[in-house]
Amino acid sequence: MTELVIVSGKGGTGKTSLVGSLAALSRDKVLVDCDVDAADLHLILKNKIQKTSEFTGGKQAFIVEEDCTNCGLCPEYCRFDAIKHEELTTGAEKERYWIDKHACDGCGVCVRHCPENAIAFKEVISGEWYLSDTPYGPLVHARLGFAQANSGKLVSLLRQQARLLADKRGLDLIIVDGPPGIGCPVIASITGAGYILIVTEPSMSAMHDMERLLQLTKHFRIPTGICINKSDINPVLTSQIEEFAKNEKVRILGRIPYDPSVTAAQLEGATVVEYDVNGASESVKLLWSNLTEELKE
Amino acid sequence: MGKDVAYLDCDVEEPNGRIFLKPEITEQIDVTVPVPRVDLDKCTFRGECSAACEYHAIAVLGKAVEVFASLCHGCGGCSDICPEDAIEEIPRTIGHISRGVGMGVEFLEGRLNVGEAISPPVTKALKKLAITSDVAIIDAPPGTSCPVIEAINDTDFVILVTEPTPFGLNDLKLAVGMVREISLPFGVVINRSDIGDNKTDEYCHRERIDVLKKIPFSRRLAEAYSRGEMMFGVDSEYEKSLRELYENIAGRSNHD
Ligand code: SF4
Ligand code: SF4
Repeated sequence: MTELVIVSGKGGTGKTSLVGSLAALSRDKVLVDCDVDAADLHLILKNKIQKTSEFTGGKQAFIVEEDCTNCGLCPEYCRFDAIKHEELTTGAEKERYWIDKHACDGCGVCVRHCPENAIAFKEVISGEWYLSDTPYGPLVHARLGFAQANSGKLVSLLRQQARLLADKRGLDLIIVDGPPGIGCPVIASITGAGYILIVTEPSMSAMHDMERLLQLTKHFRIPTGICINKSDINPVLTSQIEEFAKNEKVRILGRIPYDPSVTAAQLEGATVVEYDVNGASESVKLLWSNLTEELKE
Repeated sequence: MGKDVAYLDCDVEEPNGRIFLKPEITEQIDVTVPVPRVDLDKCTFRGECSAACEYHAIAVLGKAVEVFASLCHGCGGCSDICPEDAIEEIPRTIGHISRGVGMGVEFLEGRLNVGEAISPPVTKALKKLAITSDVAIIDAPPGTSCPVIEAINDTDFVILVTEPTPFGLNDLKLAVGMVREISLPFGVVINRSDIGDNKTDEYCHRERIDVLKKIPFSRRLAEAYSRGEMMFGVDSEYEKSLRELYENIAGRSNHD
């Protein structure tokens, strides 16, 4: 089973639209949307959710007010400045300690130190994950709750579920739409993957993002290829990317010209290759055939 | 913009502001997090540390203790619980902050080292530095989880930049959910406002969200952006538009 992960560093390079097209071109695979903060892939895949499950990502501490004697010890132990104190003007109590759930990292240190055992420590539901059917195959995706942590754990869960599903249905390819950045959810998306495709575009910022991503995939020693999207909008920078790739010994697998039908297809909730059989489709097909070659190795 | 302004690049995983502001960097500060180091002469291998660690960052295997530094959140739980006092915490560098001035703007940038997973400490360290300017503009990372929260926490106003497309609208709804969850005042800027449909407008209207500005697509701006140039000076309409946006927000914030 091969896992292909598509990443781009930052939004705006057209990565998700491209993943949609690859979904339409490839056969016998499971699709995964690992951009759990802002999952968009399903919007162009006409998905029907088959199963919804809760995601419990980690624990959180809560001060039980009835048991708290306002001794004031716990804030000293919290390295995440999550324990707040406030003076009260109404009611019987003069003051109150409480834990800011967005700042709590769930380390549990305060819990062990409370002399009154007034701090509860509980698993919290921090999102949902879904199994969907699409005309292109099964899709595993998720929605992290607002302002929640643990996106890396959720990504690992999605990939694990995708592998189980691929096994069960005898599918030997998993296509992963990766999250932005180079931090925790990206690392969770690429570790142990078979191949990484970096989608970039000829702009100074996208190139900078690409360089950092490439350092990351080298760090984890995962075979990597590059696709230049909107390659015709700045030919000078496009050739700079090509030069860079040559020096880094990374193959450029595709050059896709700017195509207004990418937005048009999205507005229709469709993939580009199906929406417009001319336009950028040819170059996307070429990208896919190059990718298939790489995946065989 | 009339006042002293600082630019804080808090997109520490992919900091790009430098490309546009071309600052002269005068200072570099390492960002470190504490990680445990175990003194094996004192350790009795009871494994209380690994039982206490919520992040599986420390493991006792027979007569060895393994620390997985990249998983460690630096909470101090292990050294705190160790009955033998065998764990000491040592700083580990995970990124750095650069300081300088670019185009008359006070410039600060956080940069996470490649291969590191946990970025919020870099943002936190950056935001703790004293800024001399009156106004700080924070460039936040994408998403709705911890790195963004760290960047927008304790700010006076949040601008959500979106595009009028299905992806843009979906991401906007999630971002609105996030800023509402942490109760910060916010408004929306619709970029490339003429490339899609009017569902974003309708959504903002329905939700009573202020659309602060609509910026139509401009080939010239897109080209300037791709070359890493400032949009200012490229297009006077755009410049005027941004000035209005700035005045509009400055007018709301009582911090001036
Ligand atoms: S669990 Fe850890 S992060 Fe949360 S409040 Fe307690 S000490 Fe702070
Ligand atoms: S400092 Fe906290 S996160 Fe790091 S190893 Fe110790 S218990 Fe685990």
